[in-house]
Amino acid sequence: MQDKDNKKADVQASEKLGVTITGLKLANPTMLAAGVLGSSGASLVRVAKAGTGAVITKSIGIEPKEGHHNPSMVELECGYINAMGLPNPGYSNFAKELQVAKNGCGALIPSVPVIASIFGASPEEFVTIAEGLKVADAFELNVSCPHASGFGASVGTDPVLVGEIVRAMKKHIHVPVWVKLTPNVTDIVEVGLAAQKSGADAVCAINTVRAMAIDIETGYPILGNRFGGMSGPAIKPVAIKCVYDLYQYLDIPIIGVGGISTWRDAVEMMMAGASAVQIGSAAADIEVFSRVPSGIGNFIEKKNMRISEIVGLAHRMG
Amino acid sequence: MTDTKEANATKRPINATIIKIVDETPSIKTFFFDTHIPACAGQFSMVWIRGVDEIPMSMPYTNGITVQKVGDATSALFGLGVGDCVGLRGPFGNTFNIPSGAKSTLLIGGGVGAAPLAPLAEVAKEAGIAVTAILGARTSEELLFQNRFEKAGKVIITTDDGTAGHRGFVTDMLETLDLGGFDLICVCGPEPMMVRILDMAVDKGVEAKTQFSLHRYFKCAIGVCGACCMDDEGLRVCKDGPVISGDRLVGSELGKYKRDASSLKIYF
Repeated sequence: MQDKDNKKADVQASEKLGVTITGLKLANPTMLAAGVLGSSGASLVRVAKAGTGAVITKSIGIEPKEGHHNPSMVELECGYINAMGLPNPGYSNFAKELQVAKNGCGALIPSVPVIASIFGASPEEFVTIAEGLKVADAFELNVSCPHASGFGASVGTDPVLVGEIVRAMKKHIHVPVWVKLTPNVTDIVEVGLAAQKSGADAVCAINTVRAMAIDIETGYPILGNRFGGMSGPAIKPVAIKCVYDLYQYLDIPIIGVGGISTWRDAVEMMMAGASAVQIGSAAADIEVFSRVPSGIGNFIEKKNMRISEIVGLAHRMG
Repeated sequence: MTDTKEANATKRPINATIIKIVDETPSIKTFFFDTHIPACAGQFSMVWIRGVDEIPMSMPYTNGITVQKVGDATSALFGLGVGDCVGLRGPFGNTFNIPSGAKSTLLIGGGVGAAPLAPLAEVAKEAGIAVTAILGARTSEELLFQNRFEKAGKVIITTDDGTAGHRGFVTDMLETLDLGGFDLICVCGPEPMMVRILDMAVDKGVEAKTQFSLHRYFKCAIGVCGACCMDDEGLRVCKDGPVISGDRLVGSELGKYKRDASSLKIYF
């Protein structure tokens, strides 16, 4: 009996917490961020089972890529720095993993959308990869990795190139296209507007913030790539401001990411303007994907608010 | 005398100076540091050979790692001498789990796989648990930590070429033992050996009593990047492991394939 009652309570909670982002139904407004626990189908399914609303794969490119030498991720006093170097098995090998993820996530009740993060050096490459990963429910374009030469942020700082990639994707691909933005630009809104104007269905902000740490014993940069990107608690205020700025100018949904590890972080990001949030570095503790949604649920219940009412609330206050 | 220090260094790497190097076998060396990482049996540290790479190493001593030369990073380590430094992060991962009330344990180590089991043998002995160890190696001079295991309990030796103990594999000797008579069976060694032992444990219905110390390619070592995830459960060897109970490995990728740095499957 108790089990049945619990299930009923869960269903009610998920109805209250449910969000629809670019047509995709999520049981709650949290997602697994790209680059984290997303290299295999089994891992993505495990995170989906833990309670997240959607999962995003590791960024997938044209060819297999081993990434940078270690150390590739190190915890610092205030967060993490990483320079993975976009390791991935190439889209044709990853297609099987994506299918495993789709089967497993699709079998859950409610089903959990699987979004493929992809990167390329040209609009054509993006389209080729997306066509090879057809079963994805949406694509997140990684135009913002701060530490892989020729890819990522070198693309994402150029609004014209971002626009070309989005237009090519929208012409050939018929599922939602999200664009992940880099904070390592003078004006993130300019790139966000370019994505929107070219037909992007949503933007995700932010990718990691360019960062570096040095071993003072020897002077060696700690990361194998010497520099990389910062994630974790230190970048949350940066992400909040980026999302806040994007919300003022964009009409498409904004997915907030950067430094979220608790429901309070998630609520704050949503009040800045995010329709949903992604969790990355905090995924070391996989239970975060049940704690954050249930915390958001308790919060909106206590406040007697609907989830949509907290999105962008900061813009309506004061 | 070099001062020794103890440090929990799970964040940025701390500096450790090599104070002693022991040739354990013709292919295996132990590097002792001036720094103790408070690792329990089964846990590992990330060892940063600056300018080369950072690799996971089990901790057979809290201030020492035991290394076999297998690639660029271990070759670079072998080139270091007393007074040289590395960076250390750790301890990471879980430990071997001795169930309360355990009276007897069987430890099975193949080659350099004996390294994480040696401190476990010592901990078990101290707890009053009867220790039986099967140590296997290619040849007699490659046997690792035989003395440490002998001090902790009974040792059965196997070598592929018969130069010490029984000629053959550890699994041959395993067939002569009553697996059900042990409260805990801990295993570390080459993956084909481990999967055979898991199969034998399943046959005897004792897989839940087995614990395997596993090896996969690591990047972050802190459970975030996903490089070391195993099918079909998505277990992270760096965070959910490196010690994983045999019942969770039944039907897994163990012994079938692993993934390389690009996450491509490499079949055994």
